[in-house]
Amino acid sequence: MRHGRYPLILSFLLPPLALYGIFVLSPYLQAFQISTTDWLGYSAQADQVGLANFRTLLHDGYVWNALRNNAILLAVVPVVTIALGLFFASMLTMGGRKGRAGVTGVRGTALYRLVYFFPQVLSVVIIALLWKEIYSPTSGLLNGALRAIGLTSTPAWLGDPRFAFWCVLAVMVWSNVGFYVVLFGAAMQAIPRDIYEAVLLDGASRATMLRKITIPLLWDTIQVAWIYLAIAALDGFILVQLMTNGGPNFSSDVIGLRMYDTSFGSENKFGYASAIGVAMFFLTLSVAVLALRTARRDRIEYS
Amino acid sequence: MNRREILRRSAAAGLLATPAAGLLAGCATSGGDDKGDAGAYKGTKSEQNPLGVAEDAPLEVVIFNGGFGEEYAKAHEAMYKEKYPKAEVKHSATQEISKTLQPRFVDGSPPDVVNNSGAGQIDFNGLVSQNALADLGELLAAPSLDVPGKTVKDTLLPGTVEVGSYDGRFLVLNYTYTVYGIWHSTKLFAERGWSYAKTWDEHIALCRQIKAAGIAPWTYAGLHPRYMSWPLISTAIKLGGPSVALAIDNLEPNAWKSDAMRTAADAWHQIVKDRFILDGSPGLDHKQSQTAWCQGKAAFISCGSWLESEQKDVTPAGFNMTVAPTPSLGSGDKLPFEAIRGTAGEPFMVPAKAKNVAGGLEYFRTMLSRKGAQDFTRKVASLPVVAGATDGVELPFGLATVVKALDASGANGFNWVYNNYYRKLERNLVDAACGEFFSGRISPAEFLDQCQKGADSIAQDSSVKKYKRAA
Repeated sequence: MRHGRYPLILSFLLPPLALYGIFVLSPYLQAFQISTTDWLGYSAQADQVGLANFRTLLHDGYVWNALRNNAILLAVVPVVTIALGLFFASMLTMGGRKGRAGVTGVRGTALYRLVYFFPQVLSVVIIALLWKEIYSPTSGLLNGALRAIGLTSTPAWLGDPRFAFWCVLAVMVWSNVGFYVVLFGAAMQAIPRDIYEAVLLDGASRATMLRKITIPLLWDTIQVAWIYLAIAALDGFILVQLMTNGGPNFSSDVIGLRMYDTSFGSENKFGYASAIGVAMFFLTLSVAVLALRTARRDRIEYS
Repeated sequence: MNRREILRRSAAAGLLATPAAGLLAGCATSGGDDKGDAGAYKGTKSEQNPLGVAEDAPLEVVIFNGGFGEEYAKAHEAMYKEKYPKAEVKHSATQEISKTLQPRFVDGSPPDVVNNSGAGQIDFNGLVSQNALADLGELLAAPSLDVPGKTVKDTLLPGTVEVGSYDGRFLVLNYTYTVYGIWHSTKLFAERGWSYAKTWDEHIALCRQIKAAGIAPWTYAGLHPRYMSWPLISTAIKLGGPSVALAIDNLEPNAWKSDAMRTAADAWHQIVKDRFILDGSPGLDHKQSQTAWCQGKAAFISCGSWLESEQKDVTPAGFNMTVAPTPSLGSGDKLPFEAIRGTAGEPFMVPAKAKNVAGGLEYFRTMLSRKGAQDFTRKVASLPVVAGATDGVELPFGLATVVKALDASGANGFNWVYNNYYRKLERNLVDAACGEFFSGRISPAEFLDQCQKGADSIAQDSSVKKYKRAA
């Protein structure tokens, strides 16, 4: 058997590795190479400019403005989404009042879970268009509701630099929460009921239960959620592009949109866009590493 | 093999992978070097075939599938095939011209005809500066396909060649003739007894009257506020003459802060100050604002002549949309009230590296024939750049007003092209400034400052090729 091992390993490992190399690694490496050129994208001509693109990047006010928005997304979206996800998931698995000692969800748990998960089924494009209509100042659902309760001057949501960014952020949270409700819910189902029954007998409140029992036991899942959401917060491209296209006056711009706009939008500086992409790559990487490091805790195993 | 060994080997593999990837990257950006004319199709020039089309050469056409659809192009392709039955015509349509064609430009194998339009349009500044477009000069000199005794150039409406020229070379054929103006519904105006105002003071008085009647005088596409820069710049040009536009196009210092622009911005600020704009307009996109206008929530909207076909589905019967020029500021205006902005739009191009350049030019000759142009007008209710293409064609109401406005404007028509030269300036920078200005967050002076700052940033950007045009 020992002699036959290498061909076997090679035949199983090489094709996927080759595919990975061609379709994942090489484009990444190419982006690094292109980011050092002044390539304009529609001819084969590209001259090496060294790190000039990165120098421009450092002094590009629009890029910094977009990064600032990404930083806000990074600070707000994961926290709010995970908090809401945990809250809804614990309501669905142990929020019920029936039988003080029993641990059950609120009535209609299955239905709620379905409803929460619904945005996840829709394509992001549909979500963006749906909410664009909801936010529409003249015929939108939101302003309609505000007028119905007697407000006369309703905001122009996506057209107002004070609100546009937060409107997109809200949609981002809305479209993500459902998935984490289901994820956390599934993880909570795996926690042995005896633990809850024991602490309930000891007289713990629901808040204490969540803080002292559920969250520590869910920590691995929360960590995964954290990293996913942090990476999503550094993107946010589709929602922003479709709902506001970065406006008004760049108030809802994000770094992904800057890159797209630089290559396919208002200009076609592919070299510079690649430099933005490379910066994004390192940002995302550092965020992921940081999230993993800071969230590391001892694993709890049920026995 | 133990784990350590695997790690060591994969590290070595990683080292090997890097130069290989470098090679790959090299392929991606260095493919399609000048192959010269090898593989290009050429035929013999003759009286019947002035462009030298190879009869059996295949022709590939890529159409932007937007407001005009793709049916009109299929008809043109059928006409081409009628003349060259041996040629195989390949047709495709997409909404993402840039993303679809980018790899093919790099690869050196672009299609023969590209309708470079829509939001996914390729920036012309980039294409021209990379010499990616074929010179269409030969087309202009060729005889018209079905107007005897005239060259193709003779059949074109004024301004068509200028707007498609970069540093004197005609590179882009803009096929439709677009008029930019202020639109209103003559039905609504007749019902209320209003009439369109010719001077700015009258316009403001009319706005007051409209507002008193419970209708918002104006609405605009708040998510694409550059639509409002068109009437504002038009007002300035009518006041100060075409040199106002020339200075802006040539990125002259303080072009945006000229006296004419200043006066025009002050005038337009009135409709913001007096709250003549439909509440919430800053949050509407172009479709939403146009629909609010069609529903009678607002009286005026600024748009190009594609408005009628874009709003076809939601326009009530008998709405009678009508285009009108911007009001004159006063008796000191250099251009009369009738002067309106008209320009060739909907760009078509033949890539320089196309296999069948002659075929592409011949396809344009087919489009620009009287038959091809009239067919286009019938199919999409828009004006092509061919003179007389509307003769004998029954026009829808809005387009008929466009033709009338163009006739009245005559030689006083004007245009600007900074948006073609420097796409980013209009699409991003002026756009953002308009958003702030028309939602009332900044003053006219701040608005012009912001536009000027944008223009200066383009002027200083050494990676953007600059173009100059003469009056």
